[in-house]
Amino acid sequence: MKKAAIWLALILVLPGCSGSWGWYVVNPYTSTGLTNLRFLADGLYYTILLSFSAIAISVVVGLLIALPGLSANRKLRGINRTYVEVVRAVPILVLILWVYYGLPQMANISISVFWAGVVALALSDSAFEAEIFRAGIQSINRGQYEAARSVSLSYPDTMRFVILPQAIRRILPALGNQLVYMLKMSSLVSVIGMQELTRRANELVVTEYRPLEVYTVLVLEYLALILVVSAAVRWVERRMRTDERF
Amino acid sequence: MVASETRPIIQIDQVSKYFGDFQALKDVSLEVALGERVVICGPSGSGKSTLIRCINQLEKHESGTIVVDDVELDDSKQSLNSIRAKVGMVFQQFNLFPHLTVIENLTLGPIRARKMSKTEAGEIAMRYLERVKIPEQASKYPRQLSGGQQQRVAIARSLCMEPSIMLFDEPTSALDPEMINEVLETMAELATSGMTMICVTHEMGFARRVADKMVFMDHGEIVEMARPDRFFEAPESERCREFLEKILQH
Ligand SMILES: Nc1ncnc2c1ncn2[C@@H]1O[C@H](COP(=O)(O)OP(=O)(O)OP(=O)(O)O)[C@@H](O)[C@H]1O
Ligand SMILES: [Mg+2]
Repeated sequence: MKKAAIWLALILVLPGCSGSWGWYVVNPYTSTGLTNLRFLADGLYYTILLSFSAIAISVVVGLLIALPGLSANRKLRGINRTYVEVVRAVPILVLILWVYYGLPQMANISISVFWAGVVALALSDSAFEAEIFRAGIQSINRGQYEAARSVSLSYPDTMRFVILPQAIRRILPALGNQLVYMLKMSSLVSVIGMQELTRRANELVVTEYRPLEVYTVLVLEYLALILVVSAAVRWVERRMRTDERF
Repeated sequence: MVASETRPIIQIDQVSKYFGDFQALKDVSLEVALGERVVICGPSGSGKSTLIRCINQLEKHESGTIVVDDVELDDSKQSLNSIRAKVGMVFQQFNLFPHLTVIENLTLGPIRARKMSKTEAGEIAMRYLERVKIPEQASKYPRQLSGGQQQRVAIARSLCMEPSIMLFDEPTSALDPEMINEVLETMAELATSGMTMICVTHEMGFARRVADKMVFMDHGEIVEMARPDRFFEAPESERCREFLEKILQH
């Protein structure tokens, strides 16, 4: 960790000394530098909005897809398998292109860049969420269902009050991973023109011709964002663990 | 006992149950009168659990009929709901909800299934916790309790649904010896209140004290059925005699 930090510092500082770097493009002490930095950082808003909207949808869809996968009925399980296999097989980038350019033509609707991004990311992620939920729910002892049934709980109530609260605590680390993954994958939505972090960096590179500096800032932006989110996820995990007591 | 006074609340007639090719119950018939206490024993794998799990339809039987309080058990939702409302069950492994406190374990069913208010359910729950003698544990989580206390919570949880029949599937066999008695005491107390009970257990002291009827099962069949005095003093079948000898040795 320490070694990596030293290397990173060297990589950033040494070329700057030799004059081949142009840190001025993102120098916060000059007005252009500051404007450029602001332009880059403003992409954060859409990166976050995009990722969190997509993950919220994909968790719900993933859960709804997971449930038939737990059924004793083969047809219902088939629906789950088909969805997971098909959606998982399509690369996210391809899905983004298809939802933005293909879907409007096919369904005769118009879709904004933002919603195309959210839908594509959510769709792609939902297959993984479905698998996570299925595994989590399956890990709960049968006795819990039987006890719930013997106190007359309906199936939805059994899920909501008995099974899911326990399953979600177990899959929280996996859900946290998906969120981090989602934040990174949202960069792909830049290809259809979404003004998130990556798109902004690309646009700045085109006008300033300083890819090294601009993309380095981009790397640091993602790094900072994901470190903060990871810490938040771990905090939630810790809190849930202390109040569950089992 | 006079037959006309003792209405059968459970009628099991010629019930068979298969797990794949394996027949776990073979034409089992059993009647249980209102308020009657039945103790079922028998070697491991003889179908005791399967039989009582059929009574609240945690297992579906393939043939024969089970009638509980005049409702025949079929696949319909109504019969399933009616049966679950009338029959409480206590499991070997307690099966408490680990993420809920004791009081939440007790009130979940009444609030969600009986549409009771939280305060009303809470009052009833406290009453039953007092009855199983652990009201002071109400706000703890199950894993903070001893095994015996957990099982008493499980009994209280069932009672909160105010069932007319209680099923016990080896309620003390997962417990350390020093905790067995507190659970048996709770069950014996329940028996004196007139609850209809079917207990699978190998606690023969309890059986002698509490049972109105003893049932011995082996290989998916009811081999012997008798009043406890007859059952323990003069079992008719060889298999039952051997089983009792083995189990009463220690
Ligand atoms: N879900 C199941 N799938 C397949 N076989 C089962 C299943 N449940 C029970 N069996 C079989 O049915 C037979 C009867 O099981 P059951 O649990 O009723 O026995 P038991 O008398 O309760 O035994 P124990 O004293 O060990 O609890 C056993 O041979 C068991 O292996
Ligand atoms: Mg058993």
